[in-house]
Amino acid sequence: MAQRRTAWTRLTTPFANIPASTATTLALAMWIAVIGGWALLSYGRVVPNMFLPTPGTVLQTAYRMSLDGSLFYHTFTSAKVVILGFIVSSVIAVPLGLWMGTYRAVQAPLEPLVNFIRYLPVTSFVPLFILWIGIGIEQRIAVIFFGTFFQQLVMISDCARSVSRDLVNASYTLGTKRSEAVWHVIFPAALPAILDTLRVTMGWAWTYLVVAELVAASSGLGYISLKAMRGFQVDVIFMAIAAIGLLGLITDTAFRILRARIAPWAA
Amino acid sequence: MGSLTMNASTQTAAGSRVVMTETIKANNPAAHAAGDQRSAGTTMAIEDVTLRYGDANGVLALDDVSLKVAKNEFCVIVGPSGCGKSSLLYLAAGLNDATSGRIKVDGREVIEPGPDRGMVFQSYTLFPWLTVRANIEYGPKRKGLPPEQRRQIVDQYLNEVGLAPFADHYPAQLSGGMKQRVAIARALANDPAVLLMDEPFGALDSQTRGTMQKLLLRVWERQQKTVLFVTHDIDEALVLGDRVLVMTARPGKIKAEVKVDIPRPRSMDVILEPDFIALKRRILGLLHDEIDEDH
Repeated sequence: MAQRRTAWTRLTTPFANIPASTATTLALAMWIAVIGGWALLSYGRVVPNMFLPTPGTVLQTAYRMSLDGSLFYHTFTSAKVVILGFIVSSVIAVPLGLWMGTYRAVQAPLEPLVNFIRYLPVTSFVPLFILWIGIGIEQRIAVIFFGTFFQQLVMISDCARSVSRDLVNASYTLGTKRSEAVWHVIFPAALPAILDTLRVTMGWAWTYLVVAELVAASSGLGYISLKAMRGFQVDVIFMAIAAIGLLGLITDTAFRILRARIAPWAA
Repeated sequence: MGSLTMNASTQTAAGSRVVMTETIKANNPAAHAAGDQRSAGTTMAIEDVTLRYGDANGVLALDDVSLKVAKNEFCVIVGPSGCGKSSLLYLAAGLNDATSGRIKVDGREVIEPGPDRGMVFQSYTLFPWLTVRANIEYGPKRKGLPPEQRRQIVDQYLNEVGLAPFADHYPAQLSGGMKQRVAIARALANDPAVLLMDEPFGALDSQTRGTMQKLLLRVWERQQKTVLFVTHDIDEALVLGDRVLVMTARPGKIKAEVKVDIPRPRSMDVILEPDFIALKRRILGLLHDEIDEDH
């Protein structure tokens, strides 16, 4: 049966597995297509270099800025803002979200408020944060926090609520007290989903970085790309974007590894 | 074990008597006391339990149900789907509150769930983050037993359900039948006064189901447990039970009580014997009345 299927049939069968080598080849081909297209457009002068730098120029810029340490400095500043904002947000959102998903009495007062705030654009709060918090790193952390926390809260609450009732019931018949159920049953049962939520919201935290560094920052990847825009240094903007993307890819992979370590039982 | 083997050895298969008592008013306690030869003690008593969902005009799920389960008895409830037999088990476990009536286990009234009423659910309820060993150990650990004693209990029940080689596996690595074997071991590790089983083999294929019934009988005969087992499968009820209670369609009531005086230990071939078939025909008739009334 399996032998009769051609490679083409396998590739076009819904949900069918493809060999790991094919998957890697396809992923590489995608990158080659994107970078190749970019090279074609820039080296071929289809788009003026003033608007679209060549891959070579961007690499050169990256090399130059790595040598003088400025790439590392700005990357480190940005990563610090994102990671701190994300950690502060997660540390509050995980327990509160668990309670919210577990107890109607916590959900009832919080949910309407959270759903109101969740739809407010983060950018509209930047002036307020500057007035309230000033222009230090705290202000940027606040922006990341504000962009991440309320989304996390709702998603983690859903993770807790979707834990099987019978799992909790079974734990009661084995001697678990009502007050213990949250930490002994609901938390570990929801943990894989919570880690997935953290991974997804970590991505969102990175997307708020430029917003956070829009005003009143003096370092960071968002800051240098804004400064580069004023001097028409598209190569720097491209490099900063690539750096943010790479950092995102690294944190995403880190979270996948972390999930496999912490929750090896979950597929 | 005593009364059980005696029962089996004093009656040959050919000479087995089939006693059938049908009590239309099943909430007559005398009927149960008389029907029980195994032990004088009552482990679980369900007294005039009514369950209505929602307000006073809500659906009546259980209507004045009374029954008693004797110590070490294997009591089975069969009924059409939606008759409230599972709801009754949840009430017995203390996972839900009856609208009126009382449930007592060893003389104490049930007000909340507790480890004295172990339960095996139809859905798989093993803790996925714990290994097989840790799942079975969960109850003894909650009880605060010392590690050495816990290890002994876990090893005993791992062997009892034949899963010692899988002690360090996670539930996701087990088949459906194996998961339910662990669930049985986990409930028994708490040494409950009564084991409540809510269609525990309902999600399994028929071959696995037969194996599980055999295993459950073996464990029950060795461990001397009081079991209240709910199923919609008449064969299963008759293969396993000392007594089968037939429930009516919603609102659920106990319609009849059928004594299963087939000698133990029972083999799976018992379903082919005339005595068995006679009992099955009787229960089928009782259930068909219900289904016809329903439509």
